[in-house]
Amino acid sequence: MTESASTGTDFEPWNDPKAVPLIQFKNVTKRFGDFTAIDNLTLDIYAREFYALLGPSGCGKTTIMRMLAGFETATEGTISLSGQDMAPVPPNKRAINMMFQSYALFPHLNVWDNIAFGLKRSSMAKDQIAARVEEMLRLTQLEKFARRKPHQISGGQRQRVALARSLAKAPKLLLLDEPLGALDKKLRQETQFELVDIQEKTGTTFVIVTHDQEEAMTVASRVAVMDHGKVVQVDTPANIYEAPNSVYVADFIGDINIIEGYATPISDTMVSVDFAEGQPKIHTSCPTGLTAPQRISFAIRPEKLLISTEKPTESANILSGKVVDIAYLGNISTYHVKLASGQMIKAQSANTRRIRRRAITWEDDVWISFTDTAGMVLTT
Amino acid sequence: MKRLSWFNATSLTLGLAFLYLPMVILVIYSFNAGKLVTVWAGFSTKWYGSLFQNEAFMNAAWVTLKVGFISSCLATILGTMAAIVIVRAGRFPGRTLFSGMIYAPLVMPEVITGLSLLLLFIAIGMDRGVLTIILAHTTFSMCYVSVVVSSRLVAFDESLEEAALDLGCTPFDAFKSVTLPIIAPAVISGWLLAFTLSLDDLVIASFTSGPSSTTLPIKIFSAVRLGVSPEINALSTIMIGIVAFGVITVSLTSKRAITRAKREEQKAFADA
Repeated sequence: MTESASTGTDFEPWNDPKAVPLIQFKNVTKRFGDFTAIDNLTLDIYAREFYALLGPSGCGKTTIMRMLAGFETATEGTISLSGQDMAPVPPNKRAINMMFQSYALFPHLNVWDNIAFGLKRSSMAKDQIAARVEEMLRLTQLEKFARRKPHQISGGQRQRVALARSLAKAPKLLLLDEPLGALDKKLRQETQFELVDIQEKTGTTFVIVTHDQEEAMTVASRVAVMDHGKVVQVDTPANIYEAPNSVYVADFIGDINIIEGYATPISDTMVSVDFAEGQPKIHTSCPTGLTAPQRISFAIRPEKLLISTEKPTESANILSGKVVDIAYLGNISTYHVKLASGQMIKAQSANTRRIRRRAITWEDDVWISFTDTAGMVLTT
Repeated sequence: MKRLSWFNATSLTLGLAFLYLPMVILVIYSFNAGKLVTVWAGFSTKWYGSLFQNEAFMNAAWVTLKVGFISSCLATILGTMAAIVIVRAGRFPGRTLFSGMIYAPLVMPEVITGLSLLLLFIAIGMDRGVLTIILAHTTFSMCYVSVVVSSRLVAFDESLEEAALDLGCTPFDAFKSVTLPIIAPAVISGWLLAFTLSLDDLVIASFTSGPSSTTLPIKIFSAVRLGVSPEINALSTIMIGIVAFGVITVSLTSKRAITRAKREEQKAFADA
């Protein structure tokens, strides 16, 4: 997951103080009656970004998208595109197009006419429209299906028609609402890379809404993790995974062990965590430092833990326990280990060899070890 | 094919006979050579010929078609608009009352509808004629249209309309080029329903018609009171024929459309 997270180039406009954001939300609040869908939201999206809004259903991510498309208006605050306030601009006058979750293909029009639909409503000349539609058909590999109606093509093809239609007008910003939700897993993974490819080819800014964290990690340059109408953290997929700013983000993205404990600073950047009686204290780095002893959550990813039957000789942290459960997933195995103090810890190891017999099995006494930089100290 | 049990065969025969025997007799006697409707005197099509010579019947038929066509068009427009408001406008003060009032004429006794329209036309000093029948028929048939159209609109995916807006349509353009073509089957069946209701309405038309504007049902009803003539049998046979043709055509085309759609869908999955 972390490998695919890097975008390859040094495309980081959010770190450039001179960069001007394409989209700006300033203190945006959206209420539906008594319900606050978006709570005082401020965020910047830069041109050519692939920006993912990630959160559980009902967190407000779709509302953000619908406000960008113009189907909802903010109760308070301003949304601007290229510096222009979007509030008075109706959906049909915005240089923003949207790919709908249900695809919303027009059932009475064939693929060609679906893609041409938006172009016909612009001032574009007829032959230019035809050329543009052909270009879109090529981009999405749909040339063969141009004359088919939406019900005559498969789900994956419909998804590509929806994408072609929303890209045809060359919008400044493309919104994708759970674009791959209706596809099966294998097709979804292929399509994710296609999406990234098309985004790079066209240079369009993409904002994607998804509840699938793997999808967000795969496609996005930056991910905004949302909870109850607030953005909890905005960062690159790698930082979201390796340096979450809260227990919520750590827990939402990927698998993680969370151990509550009492941390005492031992130096500017090191703390020791007392988490259970009779257990050794966890020594871990804490780059921000702690000024005073306090209750914290120690979070560590299962793949950062080393599991062994022999006691490791050198490691910053060594805990002992018993294997309670094993989840064999083919490429990796997850061991559920019960510590002497009762806590359950998940440790993962890659199955790099084709072994006949597991080295570690149920009820085995095992040792779990990790370095002092493998985990994170989270105070919120 | 499974053979019907004797019980089912009997029920089927009895049921069909109950429904269609009167009509079959009517059709048979329309080809009767004699003048008496109860005594068979050989085959003849002369009553059809004399029917087309009968100016009073022809005038009434023309009025009926005119009223049916115009009132069903008006009812379709108004009924569709009402359906859109009820389905789409969300919650607004008086919505329940409004939608209830749209559907009330469905259960209102026709005599009351007819009487109240008559009183209204008298009150505003409107001469009764073709126009008043058209207005009356529009009034009572638009609620049928709105029931048919709103049931289709409920199932309509609103994101289609949003997609049209998103791609640059004005709200009216979105309705015209996306919503309307998709709900067209419901609008057409609403129109057909309104047309049929108008064709066979006797009660409301007799309240709202004037001396110069007799519709076919009124004409038939008054003619029958003077004695049944085989001409009326002939006229009724023609009407049965038209209705049967319409119903069979509609059901055959829709059946064919469904099988075609199914075949194409299977083909799409095979291609994928």
